[in-house]
Amino acid sequence: MRIAPQASEIINRDKSVTFTFEGKKYNGFEGDTITSALLANGVKILGRSFKYHRPRSVSSFANHDMNVIVDDVSGQYFIPNIRADVTKVKDGMKLKAVNTFGGVEKDKASILGRFSKFLPVGFYYKAFHTKALFPMWEKMFRTMTGLGNVDFKTPKIKTSKDYGFCDCLVVGAGVSGLSAALAAAENGLDVVLIDENPQIGGSINYTNIPNDLIERAKAANIRIFTDCYAAGYYADNWVALVHKTHMTKMRAKTLIVASGAFEQPPVFRNNDLPNIMLAGAFLRLLKLYSVKTINDAVFLVANDYGYEAAKTAIDYGINIKAIVDLRSGDELPLLNDFIAKNIPIYSGSCIYEAESGKDKNVIGVKIHEFNDGLAGALKAEIACDGVVMATGFAPALNLLYQANTKMRFDDARSQFIPDVLPNSVFSCGKLNGNYTYETRAIDGEIAGINAVNFVKNSKIKLPKSLPETQKPNHPWAIVEHEKGKTFVDFDEDLQLKDFKNAVQEGFDNIELLKRYTTNGMGPSQGKHSNMNGLRVLARLTNKTPFEVGTTTARPFYHPVPMKHLGGRGFSPNRVTPLHSRHGDLNAIFMLAGNWQRPEYYARVGVTRQNAINAEVMAVHENVGIIDVGTLGKLEVIGPDAAEFLERVYISKYKGLKTGMARYGVACDETGVVVDDGIIARLAEDHFYFTTTTSGAATIYRELSRLNMIWGLDCGIVNHTGSFGAINLAGPNSKKILGKFTDLDLDDFPFMGYREAFVAGVKCRIIRAGFVGELGYEIHAPALEVHKVWDAFINDGATPFGVEAQRVLRLQKGHIIIGQDTDGLSTPYNAGVDWAVRMDKPFFIGQRSLKIINSKPQKQVLAGFVLPKDYEGAPPQECHLIIHEGEIAGRITSITKSPKLGQIIGLCHIKPELAQIGHEIKIRFSDGTFVAANIAQTPFYDPENLNQKGVA
Amino acid sequence: MPWRLLRFGLSKKHPEPRMFDAPDALKSSYDVVIIGGGGHGLACAYYLARDFGITNVCVLEKGYIGGGNTGRNTTIIRSNYLTPEGAQFYDKSLELWKDLSTEFDLNLFYSNRGHFTLAHTDAAMRTSRWRAEVNKHYGIDSEVVGPDFVKKHAPMINLQCGHHPIMGALYHAPGSVARHDAVAWGYGRGANMRGVEIHQRTEVLGIDTKGGKVCGVKTNKGYIETTKVLSATAGSTPRILKMLDIDTPIFIHPLQAMVSEPLKPWLDTILVSGSLHIYISQSSRGELVMGASLDPYEVHSTRSTLDFPEGLSAQMLDMFPFLSEVKVMRQWAGMADMTPDFAPIMGKTRIDGFYLDAGWGTYGFKATPISGKTMAYTIANDKPHELITAFSSERFKNYELTGEKGAASVGH
Repeated sequence: MRIAPQASEIINRDKSVTFTFEGKKYNGFEGDTITSALLANGVKILGRSFKYHRPRSVSSFANHDMNVIVDDVSGQYFIPNIRADVTKVKDGMKLKAVNTFGGVEKDKASILGRFSKFLPVGFYYKAFHTKALFPMWEKMFRTMTGLGNVDFKTPKIKTSKDYGFCDCLVVGAGVSGLSAALAAAENGLDVVLIDENPQIGGSINYTNIPNDLIERAKAANIRIFTDCYAAGYYADNWVALVHKTHMTKMRAKTLIVASGAFEQPPVFRNNDLPNIMLAGAFLRLLKLYSVKTINDAVFLVANDYGYEAAKTAIDYGINIKAIVDLRSGDELPLLNDFIAKNIPIYSGSCIYEAESGKDKNVIGVKIHEFNDGLAGALKAEIACDGVVMATGFAPALNLLYQANTKMRFDDARSQFIPDVLPNSVFSCGKLNGNYTYETRAIDGEIAGINAVNFVKNSKIKLPKSLPETQKPNHPWAIVEHEKGKTFVDFDEDLQLKDFKNAVQEGFDNIELLKRYTTNGMGPSQGKHSNMNGLRVLARLTNKTPFEVGTTTARPFYHPVPMKHLGGRGFSPNRVTPLHSRHGDLNAIFMLAGNWQRPEYYARVGVTRQNAINAEVMAVHENVGIIDVGTLGKLEVIGPDAAEFLERVYISKYKGLKTGMARYGVACDETGVVVDDGIIARLAEDHFYFTTTTSGAATIYRELSRLNMIWGLDCGIVNHTGSFGAINLAGPNSKKILGKFTDLDLDDFPFMGYREAFVAGVKCRIIRAGFVGELGYEIHAPALEVHKVWDAFINDGATPFGVEAQRVLRLQKGHIIIGQDTDGLSTPYNAGVDWAVRMDKPFFIGQRSLKIINSKPQKQVLAGFVLPKDYEGAPPQECHLIIHEGEIAGRITSITKSPKLGQIIGLCHIKPELAQIGHEIKIRFSDGTFVAANIAQTPFYDPENLNQKGVA
Repeated sequence: MPWRLLRFGLSKKHPEPRMFDAPDALKSSYDVVIIGGGGHGLACAYYLARDFGITNVCVLEKGYIGGGNTGRNTTIIRSNYLTPEGAQFYDKSLELWKDLSTEFDLNLFYSNRGHFTLAHTDAAMRTSRWRAEVNKHYGIDSEVVGPDFVKKHAPMINLQCGHHPIMGALYHAPGSVARHDAVAWGYGRGANMRGVEIHQRTEVLGIDTKGGKVCGVKTNKGYIETTKVLSATAGSTPRILKMLDIDTPIFIHPLQAMVSEPLKPWLDTILVSGSLHIYISQSSRGELVMGASLDPYEVHSTRSTLDFPEGLSAQMLDMFPFLSEVKVMRQWAGMADMTPDFAPIMGKTRIDGFYLDAGWGTYGFKATPISGKTMAYTIANDKPHELITAFSSERFKNYELTGEKGAASVGH
């Protein structure tokens, strides 16, 4: 029910919003959360629990429990698992409770609650596993499980990220956080202060603390982010700040964690009934949202906070039927105010159980004696319509755990407290066990000054800390009941006896207990349940909480949407400088790594295969050009350039003449081939070379690393993006190139290197090529390479794509690294043993290759052909070669050569089966075989006469 | 409801004994000491007791059982490996997996979901075919399928996948998932029942040898005399080996993973994409279990990094754009003990009586039953089981690697 306007409220009564929940229409105000608006409308059941489908309503009202989770089904697509307690309601919203069977009011699955004694902790481990029946049971489990629904219509959303920097990041803008931020800012630090709530101030906003911290912080030079939570702490104060709209990755010189404490629910039978709530929820609902759900209240308390809440209740005209205090004797505060008002106070007592009425709401409690943590005799039965609870907190140490903080357990305050913090991380406030306003404020100031001293290396004197007098956390607010329903973890519907039974079964270690019971594994990740779980385990095993220890707190503090994590992402789509030219020529593109490359050029009325064949024949008979700009293009310059290359590549380069080029193969330490390319010498101390397209980035990175380790006098430049490259090939390539350059092509030997103007562009030219005809590889600056391309195209050169190149190179038996080699291929079984030069002091992989070469090879690379009259479908790459029923090898490359009129290929095969002419059996995927014969490579122009220009 | 659950409702006391004892102290000697109370160590203890009657065995665990990579992996079980040695080994493992729930009388949620390795490039299609052909040769159910087949089994998938259209996939019908923690518990209970002692929070401080033979183990709880020691310690392997001055080419790389909040089940299969370096399945709790490839650097810790959920989410949204609004709940890391050829190191070592079960990198979980079984055989007979001879540490010296990289990298 909504009460009259209050000064403290944060709703805007001028703007009302209309929304639906479970199909029913409701009104709220701007500023309401979904939960506050529903409660204002008198809705009793806001959600259903995960396992027993028990009716639930607000508990922490702070995102520390998952009682109220809804799917937002209002938009174009629905959004799953919205946390209603902390999500603002919007006009037109349509909301649906998650995981109900027939709606939140009459959830049919609530029948499961009746069977709860047959479903003890870990029940699913103990049955359902008959082999034949498990699939059926599993289907049932998969129907029952999960919370919200994914909407497949959801579009891909990737929000952009901020990169933030600051001197001091303060997490939490309550009393201690505000004090810390002010102290740091007033001493000149660049401070960022964040809070997950829509407003700063924390409990100042709903308790009776008169102070000016909020105004001062707003006036100070502090960057304040509200509606923003620190999702995770990572090495070197790298903190993920998640806003509603995006993520900021904050690098902070110092971090002050002032994240406060989670109120912990006391445990008693039916402690989860609607309208049994934590004091913070009660206060925030009243003060911030002017929502009153209780008229006749019972307070269950064990600290000052509880009494403060009770006072507020009186202020708001709520009838307090009883105050039940777990404590007795000197532990009790002065209670005159309450006694004067004739409010019954039951000290040394507990709520033994709560009862619900027809509407599932709480209608009364049984108050029992409470001695040594055990319930005694019945003292009173009291009717009420709500229970407010304040028996203790658990500090929100999540970020500090992630930062590797050592904790100690403080017995006096019955909580964990940071003991040894990383040297630029500070904590303050409730985390340090301070709960009164004064101690929190001073503690915050100390943290702020500590941050200043750290950043400025100054020695500003720290204020004197005040001793904390409050004992806010009751060590055992847990009351057993033989009939159960004593909930510890609300997310997972875990009861006290589940813990007992788990320990009885041997899960008496905090981590094992968590994994067996699933305590703290639900969406609230133990915020309201870990501490009670730990206390239960400590008591059952006769240990102290410190000895029991905590489970590892991992990111995230609150879950983070994938749209914010994904960010804009970086999945590059690379194109060469000639990309538009290919488009104009009707290229069909394919993906090569991140690169778009022309697979072939489509021709009207011509099939793909015929188009490729025509491209192949154009290279053989006239002249073709292919864009090879995706190759890695590197340069090594310096006196030690040749030495460097000799260490990386298996061949020799010191003796390579300036103006000449040589094939290069690189291996790893184990002698496995990792890359190849052509290395040209531009000058004594200057080399230019290519790498494979796929290896470009890796090779550059690895060469840079090696260069740093070896400390040779040379540098590496990566030209992969700044140069384009084309390969001009065919018997008429010399003729056509001659038309556009003054270079003396008669004085340009095979494997020679020249620099010259081609079509007015200064180019680097290597007389080599992958495709086996007379050819030139022409490299030109990326911005100008199109001029060279255009010149050749306009003069009648035929563009050819990757497919034609594959055919042409295979005819020559040229290998493709990664296709004709694999993770175990050395130069000896990749057919490039001729390139290995052992007569130099060192190259990467040399030692391994020496050993490998002294042993028989298990596999070699060989060529094979299918009979010319073979008409069937060709086998495919990676079909196996079978010999006497066993795997003897596999096809690595295969194609039908239009020039040779035959299917040719390369294969890995056992050496004893690799003699020329030997018949091999290739097995298709369907198990049938085709025979082929081992053949000499190159299949085409074995003497290499065409390429040498002799033919 | 199964009848078996009735006893819980009908008896006053919880009718279940401890799954495993908590012995007070170590004995002064054991026939076999197993270092590491993860799945592998416990499985070995189980099979030593069950198959060889060797029960004077203790398992030493410095933390809690199943707390290492057994409890940190993403629970995928498959046998579609690339090498004949790997494929046959993991296939035997899969056979054992199918009966474990019955054997343990403990529901491991061994759930057969089918496993797709999506191919976005020619190269990936080739590797898929290679794996399929090798698998089929050894009777393993694997085949190369087209995009239509993928779409049929995962209708919500975006075949376009950003810039990486799906060309096809390697489909491995037996691919499964299981409840990882329960595997350790099941083996632990089974071993314990047969007399094996499990000592948690017991750390090995040194291993003594005499004349090249193991003679004792120093722990924080006292000294043990023994002639046989197995190290099954995954990420801690280098630390144990250092005690004996044994060299292996094992490097420790972090492997991270994350889960979403629980969602109503929508994904029935296990999907892996090598090109996007991601994989995903949906657990019986409704959480999406997601992972990616190894961190590229060596780190001996289980700390998380932010770039991991960032990169993984970005790639995942290319495959499943509709996950934009789904929230990631938790991330974690394990320490993967990687070998150069992505195959494990199993068997005897140069120290008599010291056996090694390591190098499990990112594929140890699925091998739990078979590694336990073959290591038990190896220890009992002091002779490597025939299924693991290819995984001997000698292979590095002899350049006889078992090249599993192509099938092991992202698939886990």
